[in-house]
Amino acid sequence: MTIEELRKAAETEREAQKKYVHHVCVCTAAGCLSSGADQVLEAIKKEVAESGMKHEVLAKGVGCMGLCSAGPLVSVETEDRLYAGVTPEQAPEIIRSLDAGGGEGLTECPTNVPFFERQKKIVLENCGRIDPERIEDYIANDGYRALVTVIAEKTPQEVVQEVIRSGLRGRGGAGYPTGLKWSTVAKTGEQQKYVICNADEGDPGAFMDRAVLESDPHRVLEGMAIAAYAVGAQKGYIYVRAEYPLAVKNLKIAIRQAERMGLLGNSICGSRFSFHIDIRLGAGAFVCGEETALIASIEGKRGSPRPRPPYPAESGLFDCPTLINNVETFSNVAPIIRRGAAWFAAIGTEKSKGTKVFALAGRIKNTGLIEVPMGITLREIVHEVGGGIPDGKRFKAVQTGGPSGGCIPEQHMDSPLDYESLKLIGSMMGSGGMIVMDETSCMVDVAKYFMEFCKSESCGKCIPCRAGTQQMHGLLEKITAGEGTAADLTLLQELCDLVRNTSLCGLGQSAPTPVITTMQYFPEEYQSHIDGQGCAAGVCACGPKHADPEEVRK
Amino acid sequence: MLTYLGPTPMPSDDKRWKIVEATARRHGREPHALIETLHTVQECFGYLDDTALKFVALTLRLPMSRVYGAATFYHFFTLKPKGKHTCVICTGTACYIKGAPALLNAIEKAYGVKPGETTSDNELSVLTARCLGSCGLAPAVVFDGAVLGKIGAANLLARVEKGIRHDH
Repeated sequence: MTIEELRKAAETEREAQKKYVHHVCVCTAAGCLSSGADQVLEAIKKEVAESGMKHEVLAKGVGCMGLCSAGPLVSVETEDRLYAGVTPEQAPEIIRSLDAGGGEGLTECPTNVPFFERQKKIVLENCGRIDPERIEDYIANDGYRALVTVIAEKTPQEVVQEVIRSGLRGRGGAGYPTGLKWSTVAKTGEQQKYVICNADEGDPGAFMDRAVLESDPHRVLEGMAIAAYAVGAQKGYIYVRAEYPLAVKNLKIAIRQAERMGLLGNSICGSRFSFHIDIRLGAGAFVCGEETALIASIEGKRGSPRPRPPYPAESGLFDCPTLINNVETFSNVAPIIRRGAAWFAAIGTEKSKGTKVFALAGRIKNTGLIEVPMGITLREIVHEVGGGIPDGKRFKAVQTGGPSGGCIPEQHMDSPLDYESLKLIGSMMGSGGMIVMDETSCMVDVAKYFMEFCKSESCGKCIPCRAGTQQMHGLLEKITAGEGTAADLTLLQELCDLVRNTSLCGLGQSAPTPVITTMQYFPEEYQSHIDGQGCAAGVCACGPKHADPEEVRK
Repeated sequence: MLTYLGPTPMPSDDKRWKIVEATARRHGREPHALIETLHTVQECFGYLDDTALKFVALTLRLPMSRVYGAATFYHFFTLKPKGKHTCVICTGTACYIKGAPALLNAIEKAYGVKPGETTSDNELSVLTARCLGSCGLAPAVVFDGAVLGKIGAANLLARVEKGIRHDH
């Protein structure tokens, strides 16, 4: 496929879509799907056919629109309306109201609120707008233009340089400069190289990668193909969780479509560049998000990490140089090539460029998926984009980075969101899960929850992590039961230090972070548990007990 | 040096073994096909029993220890058959702070099973999930494949009871 042919295909699809007066989009990503979005789409399609508006109204299933807590969502793109909590019975009303402007009995979401206006969409630019199962829709939105241009006009070195200039950093959590990683792999002289997309999103409370894979799978494929061209790889793997069946299904469809159009597979666009992508299913091991463990898992072994160096960039999958990047990192590649490194570098802060996608959840009004420019403050995210805490409760902490991240209290809410600032206050960017907690959460209990997670997800290879997490969990159990002593707190602190500094991989090294940050920012809560004053939030076994657990839930 | 001794005999006439065999063949019976093949077994049979593990080991020419090691390492694989109904309670962070522990307690009180266990009459299996990714619907539960969002303990029990009674 040449640039000219691609442009023509995009033009044809745009023309075809323009014929419709109205575009009705139903979110069919996992969040809305679990509240019955598939039936809503079915009903709307039926209604369109029955009312004889087949040539005026285009009804399609699209990806995640972001406001997951208000699902199922239906948007009328041509009128810029968004309906929340739609039921199949409301389908006729939606179709009827198309020309009238607003229907009765429908819950309309205002789109001029901070939740939508404060966002800047690069990775999610197509999410909720295109049909993930149709490559034509992606191509009509400038899809694959970057890949075709790169193959026709740029050398691999130029692509690597462009990514370096953009300042893009790994979105998986650690923030390693992406361009540097690419150039390391590109420089190795080996024949066989691999590109791996890490879609093993194991952090509880994180669903950004799933949303991208479900809503815009071609974006990831295009990013991987550009990466493969730049580093000289012929084979790629996407390691995705088996718990994401819809993401796997959409990816499979996308790969088949791209291969059929000659955008993946042998001699792409008639060039000498070939690239094949295969999907590998994860099997529910959190540690497989660590790159060396992930490689072991693709090789069919247990997901145990190994010491680095050698880094995967030199010796990775099947001992060949391997480039591993996260879903979100790959998703940023095509826009960077299309719009130029300078455009991307102008967004964000000095050291953290671009945007970051966060999964906002917990005790917050607007639960869902957001994409904000780097450098925004936590306060803006929680109180403006997120809409604040519901039920008049008081904000307590926000947890970023999943089990590897920390709890950030009120006093640090004004620090900007970038890799360095988050590290400075003891947490980390992580993959982008963001859980908001209010006064009904006990921080000791939260620390115990994460430690329980790390304990059972530890692969067991190195002793500090295997035994250390077990011991720390035991101490936290003791403290939450009201049987802890001051000596236990000291021991806990020592263990944190030991496990952090001596574990083999990222899981163990970061496992103590939730404990360290809660002990640092909420020492009074630990103190009241060991002083016999009990748990102020009423969550822990030591009481003061709430009348019944139902009330805590509310 | 290993020599290829022809296809491994199927454990039984069950057609599902052929699907398992096809997965192994598609990956050239290479050791790296292990996890993909185990996925196929679980998809076809619902769980991994000794016969299946032995068959996979022979087909891929891997030691039993390696197959058993992988099957027990990954949480997604289960070595025991599940009950007629499954109730998966999400214990992701968002669900946890919004009341997943109360749901677990309620189920344990009513049916006497902890996560990972099946009732003695084989009616109900209770499982926990690390995170369903439906954090917008927290606390979330998957009962027999249907996602129940923002659910309280009383509603959950009613729903489970209804599901079980439906069969009788």
